[in-house]
Amino acid sequence: MFGLDNKDTRLLLVVAVLTLCAPFILNPFPTDSAMAQFNAGYPDLMQRFVIFGIFAIGFNILFGLTGYLSFGHAAFLGVGSYSAVWMFKLLSMNVVPAILLSVVISGLFALLIGFVSLRRSGIYFSILTLAFAQMSFNLAYSVLTPITNGETGLQLTLDDPRVLGVSATADGSIPVTNLFGMEMRSTFEMALGPWAFQFNAGYYLCALILLAAFYLSIRIFRSPFGMMLRAVKSNQQRMNYTGLNTKPYTLAAFVISGMYAGLAGGLMASMDPLAGAERMQWTASGEVVLMTILGGAGTLIGPVLGAGFIKYFENIFSKINDHVLHSWFSFMPDGLEDFVVFIIHPFIGKGWHLTLGILFMLVVVFLPGGLVEGGQRIAKWVKGRKNKDDSASATKTPAE
Amino acid sequence: MGILEVKNVGKRFGGLQALGDVNLSVKENTVHAIIGPNGAGKSTLLNCLVGKLIPDTGSVMFDGQSVLGRKPYEINQMGISRVFQTPEIFGDLSVLENMLIPCFAKRDGAFSLNAITSVPSEKDVLEKAEAMLEEMNMADKRHMHAASMSRGDKRRLEIGMCLSQEPRLLLLDEPTAGMARADTNNTIDLLKEIKEQRDITIAIIEHDMHVVFSLADRITVLAQGTPLVEDDPQNIRGNPKVREAYLGESA
Amino acid sequence: MDAILLQILNGLDKGSAYALIALGLTLIFGTLGVVNFAHGALFMIGAFCAVTVQRILNLSYEVVDETQKDFLGNPLKVKTSYVESWFGPEMGGAIIDWAVPIAILFAIPIMILIGFVMERGLIKHFYKREHADQILVTFGLAIVLQEVIKYFYGANPIQTASPEALSGVANVGALFGTEIFYPVWRIVYFFFSVVIIGGIFSFLQFTTFGMVVRAGMADRETVGLLGINIDRRFTIMFGIAAAVAGLAGVMYTPINSPNYHMGMDFLVLSFVVVVVGGMGSLPGAVLAGFMLGILEAFASMNEIKSILPGIDQIIIYVVAIIILLTRPRGLMGRKGVMEE
Repeated sequence: MFGLDNKDTRLLLVVAVLTLCAPFILNPFPTDSAMAQFNAGYPDLMQRFVIFGIFAIGFNILFGLTGYLSFGHAAFLGVGSYSAVWMFKLLSMNVVPAILLSVVISGLFALLIGFVSLRRSGIYFSILTLAFAQMSFNLAYSVLTPITNGETGLQLTLDDPRVLGVSATADGSIPVTNLFGMEMRSTFEMALGPWAFQFNAGYYLCALILLAAFYLSIRIFRSPFGMMLRAVKSNQQRMNYTGLNTKPYTLAAFVISGMYAGLAGGLMASMDPLAGAERMQWTASGEVVLMTILGGAGTLIGPVLGAGFIKYFENIFSKINDHVLHSWFSFMPDGLEDFVVFIIHPFIGKGWHLTLGILFMLVVVFLPGGLVEGGQRIAKWVKGRKNKDDSASATKTPAE
Repeated sequence: MGILEVKNVGKRFGGLQALGDVNLSVKENTVHAIIGPNGAGKSTLLNCLVGKLIPDTGSVMFDGQSVLGRKPYEINQMGISRVFQTPEIFGDLSVLENMLIPCFAKRDGAFSLNAITSVPSEKDVLEKAEAMLEEMNMADKRHMHAASMSRGDKRRLEIGMCLSQEPRLLLLDEPTAGMARADTNNTIDLLKEIKEQRDITIAIIEHDMHVVFSLADRITVLAQGTPLVEDDPQNIRGNPKVREAYLGESA
Repeated sequence: MDAILLQILNGLDKGSAYALIALGLTLIFGTLGVVNFAHGALFMIGAFCAVTVQRILNLSYEVVDETQKDFLGNPLKVKTSYVESWFGPEMGGAIIDWAVPIAILFAIPIMILIGFVMERGLIKHFYKREHADQILVTFGLAIVLQEVIKYFYGANPIQTASPEALSGVANVGALFGTEIFYPVWRIVYFFFSVVIIGGIFSFLQFTTFGMVVRAGMADRETVGLLGINIDRRFTIMFGIAAAVAGLAGVMYTPINSPNYHMGMDFLVLSFVVVVVGGMGSLPGAVLAGFMLGILEAFASMNEIKSILPGIDQIIIYVVAIIILLTRPRGLMGRKGVMEE
C-alpha cells in the first residue's frame, strides 16, 4: 500500500492508529481517580508529542542514516517558529502559509549552514553545527531583535497588519490561528462515564502532518537515496571510488532534516503563536539528539518513540512530588516509607533531568540501538524461551 | 596509443622524491602489471591515477582525456575503477546492497535525489546486481552483513562491485595481499576469468610474483620512483637489472 | 592606547578560563583520544568546591551571650563559626575570608578523584568506540553531573566573595604611566592560570612521566609496545586534566557567581577554542584561549559595536568557522589529527 511493503505498511498503520486514537490511549484513567495525573491526553501535551516526533524523525534522517551528528538542529526549529509567527503577523492567521514559509526558510537556512559545515566530518562537523546554532541563538537574542524581539520573544499584537486577515477581532482581541476558519484551539470534549476525552483541532492537524512526515521518512529510508546515505555512513572512501559524490548526498540529507525541524517549529508556532530564542539554544539541540538515540537512531519508529517517551516523562514525571510518593508507599512501615521516598526524591519532580541523563547514559553504554533494540531483545528473549519450551515439550512428547 | 598514458609524472613529498619521471603506456584489453620493491613508488603512482594525489609534473591521460585535477568520483565516472589493498566495501550494508550501489552509480551518475522510488521497485538495477552476484558465486550470501564475510569473499565482492560499473580500466592494488594461498589462487582464477570474458584493461600492482606471472601480458618494473624496464613477462624473468632491484646489489 | 590596554586586560580573565578548560580538553583528547563533553561540568564542580568550602568554614553554632540583651531584654543568641572559636576571631575571620584560595587545597584531591572515577568507570570503555558515541555518553554525564549539583545547591547563582584584600581595584596603568583601574582578583586569576599552564607544560616537558605521556600522544601503539603501562598514566592524566578544570572553576567563582549550568556555557566556547587552536595541540589550546578571550573583549568595545552591531556575541564563532574552513587543523594542530 502507498508503495510500501507489508511490514512498513503495518508500521505506518500502527503509528496512524496510535496518533489518531491518542486522546483515548493517553487518557486511560478516569478523571477523578488517583492515577489521573498520569493521563497525558491534554491538547498541548499531545501536540508536543507529535511536533517533537516530527523534529526527531527529521533529525534521524541525517544522524540515523549518514551518521553526521548535528548539535545545532534547534536553530532550524527556531527559524521555523519565527517565520511562522511573522506570517501570522503580516499575512493572515491561517496556518497553511505559515507552515509552508517555515519549511522553506528553514530549508534555505539549512542549505547555508550545511554547505559550510559539511566541508568537515566527524567531530569537526558536530562542533561547526554547534557553533552555528549558538551563533544564531546569540544573534536572535541581541542584534536581530527587530526580527526576533530579543528576550521577550516574538508575539502577536493588535496592530499587526495581517493583510489577508484582520488586525483585531470584533471584540478587540488578537485573532487566533486557524486552518481555513477552523480554530486550532477548538477542542471537543467527550465525557464517557468517569472518563473525559479531549479532541483538539490543532492536535489532529499536527498528527496528520506527523503521519505524512513519517510516511515520507519511510519512503526515504527505502529509496535508493536512503541506501546511498547509509553507504555514506559505512564507507565514504568506497563511495568516492564508486563514482558517487558524497557532498550533495549529505547536504540533501541535512537540508531535508532541517526542513523537518522547520516544519516542527512552524507547527509549534501554529499551536501557540509565539517564538523565543531559547528554542534555538544548543541544549534544545541536545534534546532532539537524546530523543533520537533513546528511541533508536537509524530505525524508523525509534525517534517517534524517543520523542514521546521524553516528552511524556518531562511532563508527567516532573509532576510527581513527595506527597504523591508518600501516598504510593503508604503500605510500608513509616521508617521504610520515608527512606524509600527519600531515595526516589532526587529523581522525580524537578529532578527528572537527572533521571533522563542517567537513562541516556545507560542507553548509550548498554543499548546503542535504543528502545527499539531493547524491544527487539525482549521479543527475541520471549521467542527464545517459547521455542525452548516448544522444543522441550517436543522432545518430551515421544518419551511419553 | 594506450588507453592509459602516463607521461613524465613526478611527485615529491618534502625531501623525498617518490616518483621521478614515470612514463607508462597501458594498451587496451591487456593486463599490465607494475611491480617493484617496497618504497618503489607503486602506491604513489596508483594514487596519482585515481585523483587521490596530484603529481607535481607530467600528465596522465585516460582515453585521450586528462584525469589530473579531477576528483576520485569524476575519474571513476570516466571509467576507471579501483580495488584496494584491504577490501573497501560497505561493511554495514548487506552484500546485495553493496552490489546495488555501483549499479545505481552507473545508471544515475554521481548524485541523484531518487528518494521517491523504492529499491525493490528498481527492477533493472536489481536484476543487474543479482546477475553480478550470480557471476561472482555470491548469490547465496546476498542477505549477509558484508562486514561478517571472509577476506577472500570481501575481495570477490569488491571486484564484483567494480565490474558492475563496466569500467574500461580496472586498477588493482595488491589484490592478494594478506591472503591465504587458497584465497590467492581463487582470486587469480577470478581475474583470469574476467580477463578472458570481458573487454577490459587491467592494471595491477603486485608484490606476489606468482600472481604477476599468472596474469600479466606486460610488466613494468618500478624502482626508486622510476621505471626500470618494461617488457613481456618471459623477458622480465631473466633480466639482471630486475634481479638487482629486488635482491639488492649483492645478487 | 588606554582603551586597547583595558580591552586586553578584560580579555585576559575569560581567556584564562578558556585556556585552562581547553588545555584539559586537549590533554584528554590528545592522550586518550576521547572527546569529553563533560569537561565543562568538571569546571562547574570545581566552582562548587569553592562554594562548599565557604559553607563549611561558615558552619556555626549559637551561644547565649548573657552580657548582651536583645530589644526584649532576653539574652542574645550569638552565632559563632567553629573556625572562629577554634582559631580565635581574628585568625578564624581571616580563614573564612580566604575561603576561595583555601578551596584550592580541597579541590585538588576531590577533582583528581572525580577524574579517576570518571575515567575508570566510564570513559575507559569508550576508547574504541566512535567519537559520536563518546560525545553522546559524556554529554549524558554532563547532564547528570549538573543535575546532581542543582539538587544539592539549587538553581540560583551563589555569590562567593574573593578575600577582602584582593577584592578591590588596582591601578594597572601605573606600569605604563597611565591610569587604568582593574579588579585585583582578575589579575590574580590571570597569574594563577599562567602558573598552572606553566606547571603543566614543565611537567610534560621535564619529567619522565610527562615524556611518556607526550610519546603516547604522538604514537600510542608504539609506546604500548615498549612495555610501558600507558593506561595507568593516561588515567592519571585524566585526573590532572580534571583538576585543572576544577581549579579554573574554583578561582573563577568571585568573578562570576557559580550556577549549575555554567559548565555547559563554558563548554561550547572551550570546544571552539580547542578547534581553533588545533585538536591535540596544547600550545594551540592556550594560545587560542587567550586570543579568543581578548578578541571577545575587543568586540564588545562600543566603538566596534557601533560599526558591527552584535559582533561581540558572535566573534568567537565567526573566527572558529573561518579557521575551520580555511585551516582545518587549527592554528597549531598537527597534520592528520582528526582530519576528514
